[in-house]
Amino acid sequence: MSETILEVRDLKKHFPIRRGLLRRVVGQVKAVDGVSFSIRKGETLALVGESGCGKTTAARCILRAYAPTGGSIKFKVEGREVELAGLKRRELRPLRRHIQMVFQDPYSSLNPRMVVGDIIGEPMLINGMSDAVARRRRVEELMELVQLPRAYYNRFPHAFSGGQRQRIGIARALSLNPSLIVADEPVSALDVSVQAQILNLMLDLQDQLGLTYLFVAHDLSVVKHVSDRVAVMYVGRIVELAETEALFERPLHPYTEALLSAAPTPVPGAVSNRIVLEREIADPANPPPGCSFHPRCRYATDVCRQVLPELQEAEPGRLVACHRAKELSLAGVGAAEHVVA
Amino acid sequence: MAQIDSEKYAVATQLQLTWWRFRRHKLAMISIVLLLLFYLLAIFADFLATTDPHATDARTSYIAPQGIHLFDDNGFNPHVYGIKGQRDMKTFKLVYTIDPSRKVYIDFFGRGYEYNLFGLLSTDIHLMTLKNAERGDGIYLLGTDLLGRDLWSRLVVATRVSLTIGLVGVTISLFLGVLLGGISAVYGGMVDTVIQRVIEVIRSMPTIPLWLGLAAALPNDWSVLQIYFAITIIISLLAWTDLARVVRGKFLALKEEEFVMAAELAGASQGRIIFRHMLPSFASHIIAAVSLALPAMIISETSLSFLGLGLRPPAISWGILLQDAQNIQTLALAPWLLVSAIPVVVVILAFNFLGDGLRDAADPYG
Amino acid sequence: MADPILSVRDLKTQFFGPEGIVRAVDGVDFDVYEGRTLGVVGESGCGKSVTARSVLGIVDRPGRVVGGSIMLRPAGGGPAIDLARLTNEEMRKYRGPEIALVFQEPMASFSQHYTIGNQIGEGIKLHMGLDERAAKKRSIELLDMVGVPQAARRVDDYPFQLSGGLRQRVMIAMALSCDPRVLIADEPTTALDVTTQAQILDLLRSLQQQKGLAIILITHDMGVIAEMAHDVSVMYLGRAVETGTVKEIFEAPRHPYTRALLRSIPTVLAKPRTRLPTIAGSIPHPFDRPKGCSYHPRCAEIIGAVCETAEPPAVDTDDGRQVRCFLHGGMEAAKAGVAA
Ligand SMILES: Nc1ncnc2c1ncn2[C@@H]1O[C@H](COP(=O)(O)OP(=O)(O)O)[C@@H](O)[C@H]1O
Ligand SMILES: Nc1ncnc2c1ncn2[C@@H]1O[C@H](COP(=O)(O)OP(=O)(O)O)[C@@H](O)[C@H]1O
Ligand code: SF4
Ligand SMILES: [Mg+2]
Ligand SMILES: [Mg+2]
Repeated sequence: MSETILEVRDLKKHFPIRRGLLRRVVGQVKAVDGVSFSIRKGETLALVGESGCGKTTAARCILRAYAPTGGSIKFKVEGREVELAGLKRRELRPLRRHIQMVFQDPYSSLNPRMVVGDIIGEPMLINGMSDAVARRRRVEELMELVQLPRAYYNRFPHAFSGGQRQRIGIARALSLNPSLIVADEPVSALDVSVQAQILNLMLDLQDQLGLTYLFVAHDLSVVKHVSDRVAVMYVGRIVELAETEALFERPLHPYTEALLSAAPTPVPGAVSNRIVLEREIADPANPPPGCSFHPRCRYATDVCRQVLPELQEAEPGRLVACHRAKELSLAGVGAAEHVVA
Repeated sequence: MAQIDSEKYAVATQLQLTWWRFRRHKLAMISIVLLLLFYLLAIFADFLATTDPHATDARTSYIAPQGIHLFDDNGFNPHVYGIKGQRDMKTFKLVYTIDPSRKVYIDFFGRGYEYNLFGLLSTDIHLMTLKNAERGDGIYLLGTDLLGRDLWSRLVVATRVSLTIGLVGVTISLFLGVLLGGISAVYGGMVDTVIQRVIEVIRSMPTIPLWLGLAAALPNDWSVLQIYFAITIIISLLAWTDLARVVRGKFLALKEEEFVMAAELAGASQGRIIFRHMLPSFASHIIAAVSLALPAMIISETSLSFLGLGLRPPAISWGILLQDAQNIQTLALAPWLLVSAIPVVVVILAFNFLGDGLRDAADPYG
Repeated sequence: MADPILSVRDLKTQFFGPEGIVRAVDGVDFDVYEGRTLGVVGESGCGKSVTARSVLGIVDRPGRVVGGSIMLRPAGGGPAIDLARLTNEEMRKYRGPEIALVFQEPMASFSQHYTIGNQIGEGIKLHMGLDERAAKKRSIELLDMVGVPQAARRVDDYPFQLSGGLRQRVMIAMALSCDPRVLIADEPTTALDVTTQAQILDLLRSLQQQKGLAIILITHDMGVIAEMAHDVSVMYLGRAVETGTVKEIFEAPRHPYTRALLRSIPTVLAKPRTRLPTIAGSIPHPFDRPKGCSYHPRCAEIIGAVCETAEPPAVDTDDGRQVRCFLHGGMEAAKAGVAA
């Protein structure tokens, strides 16, 4: 097994809720509340869950766009291990080049006032590559890598489609040869047909360049195509973590089961046995006691309503946070009910 | 219609895109031409003036507007008619009227009163002066006022004063607005709260009484120039709040943009983020806000002066000219004095159209 | 099958912009039946929303319906009415009580200054002549029907107080407020999570069963189509390139575009880390509509010179399906056209 490059332990990010003229703190949105996982070099770890469960917040803490409220983020860079959690802005700047991000919104993520070449070259310029000729050569290489015609160097982002913009965003993220790329829902805003192009591109780049991805998504069908392992998040916590194949075939957490069942399948009439999750994700400012999934869980018992289940190893390589994980036998995909009616 | 040239569009800079969009606004285009003309007029005000705008003469009181005649018996020979005094047989008062029998010829680039061009070059050359003038003769394009001063000459000089007050005022409020709005947005927290509260307090004050109060507090013995600057500062002290809000709002919105986060995550310094990534995005909004603040400034000065609380004679501004046209009797006697209202209306409207056009065109991606 | 409620033929809508004419919808045909869902699918920019707006007579300026017919069969029988010929004033009678629209982005289609109760009640008062109290009562019933919890309390909320899923439910309640017979849902779940999407689709299905609604469901997601549609119309660059029942489209797609779309869907059934087949390139800008078959630059099964020069006509195949592709006929007509 290859080495671990990122080790997140008990990561917390609470946003204070302020009210009134004096802006007193009246509560905390516990957007991320004790998340732990690690990422190995060269793999793709997917972080999935409904919107509002804290995926973006967790990703931004790791990127240190946010200062975490608690926990540790150990990152291997150039052979040594750095604790990112407590670093100041100034201390972070030289480290930033090693973790780069691909954004969800292909529109907001590119500066409309800069041409494509400058957008992709900007990180290199910031990090001291001041030779314009060399920079341009590298930008063109990157454009080729993400399959954008070099001739588009001087175009502005408004002239590109969503899919092409996402390629620009990926080229920018690659420009500094980062050891980890955090992609926050990189295909959620795209048409299904364009999603496939971007997913393939990300897979190809990973094979060519040995990239490591933290891939955030809310759609398990997308995750299935890119990830090696999957962490399922619910209200600020990870509820299940497993190898992709195992998780899809035999989920251990009822929430994973429901997410799998909600993913649309391109087979007419396959919905008959869908588990439709009732209501909405719990409010992270005021999560329910016990297992935060219990109000929507069809297997919930009394203990679920009172005791918070810990994330534990259920089987080698599989973690799950559910009191009933051992006794339940949940439906994955490929099971009979998903075959055409 | 022809296909659009998509390559041209794709590599167009923000300025080009804005311009292309702006061009489609007919009214804004007309307005910008008009405003340019007005500012040219302001720059060359003294050159264009036909007589000394301060010179009074009882003989030429309330002379009606007078056209220029281009031809005489000898062909092209621009001239105006002379002025003659006549006793009114009922009131036995001497009235001065136009005397078509006497031609006074126009001298182009002739010499008149002395003035400073751009405040540097002392000269006495004017576009039009008179050659064989007798006392009282003049080119009264827009007529004269009670004191016999030429309205056209006064109007061009007033235009200079009123338009520059707007510019100076906007510059001051832009400086304050960008500085305080920027500080408010960058530092946030307590600083932001304080600045925002101050803005709210200022904005909640009724402006007219406040101006009146401040303007009335100006010492009587101040020179025209001092009063001019004092008034500009009073006006802009109140106007910067709008700009500060635009800057702060736009800044905060941009801070949330993902491309700004991308720059930060690439390791960019705070200064680079602001100047390279954020400023270009809201420069256009500031320009639009400025073009809407300008007419407000001009109106403020005009109203203050009109009420006798802004600039005071012998200064000349639109407000002061309108002050002369204040009462009904004067207007019955000399309706042409109302002409001073036209540039005010035209300039204010033009600025508003221009502002609308700019605001629409400013965000070519929006 | 009974007669269609709504029958659209050769619909054409164009935008007359300063840069030129955009043929956003360029000859679309479809039929919608009571109790059935027509799925309209295609990539962004292919004209789905403009089609929906044309049917409702709410195309944004500088756009205009320039051709075709939109025949609505009236509730009480009688001859069909061509909505394309109605004035805006006349159209208002049909918008709401006959045909209603659910938008993709519910936030943008609500006013932020009125409670949701006010906004639902608006249409009810207008079309049903109810007073304030009765309208509010009906609003609460509607919210209840679309599964908004504690409807009686929520009716006084403002749109920004609701989550995305709830907003979409309220949007549906608003659309249903005047008991329309045709509901057009324009990407109702594109902005939502898969879980919320499942809830909303479930709701639409059960409403259809209760009320016999005819639904036009617009989406770019074949997965949603598979789940919801009875009939499918696949659009490309302003045209329907293939129509058929959902089973036919998924089991035996004919148009190369349909096939490519189907292949490119990510699915939970896939093997982990498998690459998806993709459609080459991207949808062209509407100004640069390719000559011949507008799909030919991206088509994997292109028939050389023919597809590049001639436009494939809509061919009705024996089994009642329609395809616009030379692989499935129309070649004779094209040759005749070239020869002529
Ligand atoms: N800057 C913030 N201030 C306050 N609350 C926030 C902030 N960012 C996110 N949240 C809250 O944290 C929760 C998790 O949000 P997010 O991480 O964006 O979720 P996801 O990416 O999974 O959709 C949400 O309830 C959201 O409202
Ligand atoms: N208001 C408008 N002005 C000009 N063109 C428009 C306008 N609305 C839509 N279009 C054009 O019509 C085409 C179809 O758009 P639309 O129906 O919104 O696509 P879809 O809903 O399938 O994504 C697009 O090419 C778009 O550029
Ligand atoms: S702990 Fe209980 S409520 Fe939570 S997921 Fe497991 S069974 Fe459901
Ligand atoms: Mg997110
Ligand atoms: Mg659309």
